[in-house]
Amino acid sequence: MEKTLKKYFLVFTLPTLVAFAFAFIIPFVQGIYLSFCNFTTVSNAKWVGLENYKKAFGSSQGFISAFGFTAGFTVISIITINIIAFSLALLLTRKIKGTNLFRTVFFMPNLIGGIVLGYTWQQMINAILYSYGKTIVSDAKFGFIGLVLLMNWQMVGYMMIIYIAGLQNVPTDLLEAAHIDGATGWQTLIKVKLPMVMSSITICVFLTLSNSFKLFDQNKALTNGAPMNKTQMLALNIYETFYGKTGFEGVGQAKAVMFFAAVAVIALIQLSFTRSKEVEQ
Amino acid sequence: MKKKLLSTLLCVSMISAMLMGCGSDGNTDSKTPETNAADNKEDATAGNDAQDSAGNDAEAPANTSGGSVYYLNFKPEVDETWQEIAAAYTAETGVEVKVVTAASGTYEEVLKSEIAGSDAPTLFQINGPVGYSNWKDYCMDLTDTDLYASLSDQSLAVTGDDGKAYGVPYTVEAYGIIYNDAIMQKYFAMDGAVVTSVDEINNFDTLKSVVEDMQSKAADLGIDGVFASTSLMPGEDWRWQTHTANLPIYYEFEEKGVSDAEEIAFSYGENFKNIFDLYINNSTCAPGLLGSKDVASSMAEFALGKCAMVQNGNWAWSQIADVDGNVVAESDVHFLPIYTGVSGEENQGLCIGTENYWCVNSQASAEDQQATLEFVKWLINSDAGKDYMVNKLGNAAPFTTFGDNEKPSDPLAKSMLASMESGKTAVPWAFTVFPSQDFKDDFGAALLEYCNGNMTWEDVTSLVVTRWAEEKAAVAN
Repeated sequence: MEKTLKKYFLVFTLPTLVAFAFAFIIPFVQGIYLSFCNFTTVSNAKWVGLENYKKAFGSSQGFISAFGFTAGFTVISIITINIIAFSLALLLTRKIKGTNLFRTVFFMPNLIGGIVLGYTWQQMINAILYSYGKTIVSDAKFGFIGLVLLMNWQMVGYMMIIYIAGLQNVPTDLLEAAHIDGATGWQTLIKVKLPMVMSSITICVFLTLSNSFKLFDQNKALTNGAPMNKTQMLALNIYETFYGKTGFEGVGQAKAVMFFAAVAVIALIQLSFTRSKEVEQ
Repeated sequence: MKKKLLSTLLCVSMISAMLMGCGSDGNTDSKTPETNAADNKEDATAGNDAQDSAGNDAEAPANTSGGSVYYLNFKPEVDETWQEIAAAYTAETGVEVKVVTAASGTYEEVLKSEIAGSDAPTLFQINGPVGYSNWKDYCMDLTDTDLYASLSDQSLAVTGDDGKAYGVPYTVEAYGIIYNDAIMQKYFAMDGAVVTSVDEINNFDTLKSVVEDMQSKAADLGIDGVFASTSLMPGEDWRWQTHTANLPIYYEFEEKGVSDAEEIAFSYGENFKNIFDLYINNSTCAPGLLGSKDVASSMAEFALGKCAMVQNGNWAWSQIADVDGNVVAESDVHFLPIYTGVSGEENQGLCIGTENYWCVNSQASAEDQQATLEFVKWLINSDAGKDYMVNKLGNAAPFTTFGDNEKPSDPLAKSMLASMESGKTAVPWAFTVFPSQDFKDDFGAALLEYCNGNMTWEDVTSLVVTRWAEEKAAVAN
């Protein structure tokens, strides 16, 4: 068996490898190459070295402030989304009526596209703020709260499903043992359930982290960075750099490369941290 | 361990997916700059040959070259017409014409990805000198073409540093304050009206007193406000940060005797403030709510008779006419110049210019370039082509091949042509040299902050001055 596998390894993996190379590796390498170039389209690039990276940190570029806003947003959404999703999961794994209906309803927002959600929430938030003579772009904090609300509404259902799966996998004999030993509900939750669903937590925190950090559609539709780019997140900042002014495509590309590196590093740190807390079943 | 490896791989692939999205359209056969330049040269000489032969051709072009045309259209509202034109031209000459329309506001993005592909647009559009500096590697020299030769005013073309023409305008447009004459007449008939005819409104002071008086009588006039809402939703603020901003910059350039500048003083900023304050304070909604308004909703307010005036251009006619429940009669729609309180503005006309220039792709094959030139020649010379240009596309085409009876007939275009003939000084579109989209967006964002009371006018002025200098410097190198 092993031998046959080795023999036909190339035959079976080559098509996928080729597709992967064309669709992923080559554009990826080209993307990194382009970040060192001055270009209008990908086919007329001129090498300029580290120039783009220097420009990316210019004061008018707003890269640093966008990074700050994104980081703040990510921290808040990771905490809120995961706490709400886990609480919902706990509720919906009890034997209450209509559990399936609730699970479906909570999951549904995840099926709607970001742009649509952004515009819908913009209308809803504006409708409330109108009565105070304001709009979502009157103040940066409205935009921030709006984004957090929107992100929660969209992501909570998805995370809830993952937590439900995790909670259902907690062995009943462990729970029974805890019960017999006289553990309270709270103790069971903290000492038994939480350690047992740690792998779900790893996945959920990773997904919320990377999705929040890379958020684009919702940001563009909800506030588009207004007021004064104060609610502009990294992905939108890169997009605006790329298309906002002549000759800055390379700078946008350089920002994208740094963005990639930042997301990769943060995600890997998070993975190794939460993984160290996991227990083998 | 295996699980760990798998999850790490999964993680890396997921987070890097976004880099691909930002980075590339998957065009893998990227040329090096050297070969590219060589291609350029070849194309340029071949292109000239092609033009010479095209120039000698008879009026009705025949498909001798075997080239095809690919037009990347800028205006979504006329997409259907362009598809019709393409089909008609193919039926007449056998030359294949493909027309693709970029979604609103995405032209630069689409052009960027399309032109890098193997089947690149042969005919595309730039918005003026700033657009040219971005696309100069792809703009063919049009100096020796019929298209350029037919221009009624050759100074309208976009020229490069070498003085040659690289972009040719295919329409002339105008903007000003569009007013609904029915509401104005109703006001003039009232007791105590400041003036009794629109003709008397010929400077800012008169405009201001009329507008403020009308606003105080809004209920009697049956309107919510004099001006339609000043749309300041991000991305919907171009009527102010580009069009209104044109006036102070134009007057500053006039005073200095220049057509572009690395730095501006925004010395006519107070004039901008005059008209802008008038817009936002005499409107259908409170200044604090303007951040949620878009252009379509202000045009709808005008079409539904909820306001008497709105600043926009002649292209907006379709947006007025197509609104359901439209109560504005075609004969009641006219232009008024945008008065800002500059001395001597009694003689100021509308802002007339263009942001629509045709360019031929210099990196397309010689056959395709020739086919493209023949296609545009057909558009401005043949009866069928001219009919499409004027009546279907509504273009006030600035070519000598168009007779006096071949002018668009919608009320705003008529008002524009009347203004051009009235002897008033038309204000050219100085905003084509505005440094970048970033500059305009920041200006618009500052106006929004001003309306929300988070910025003073001094802050706006200093932002305009510094951002102009920064962006000009950034784009220059």
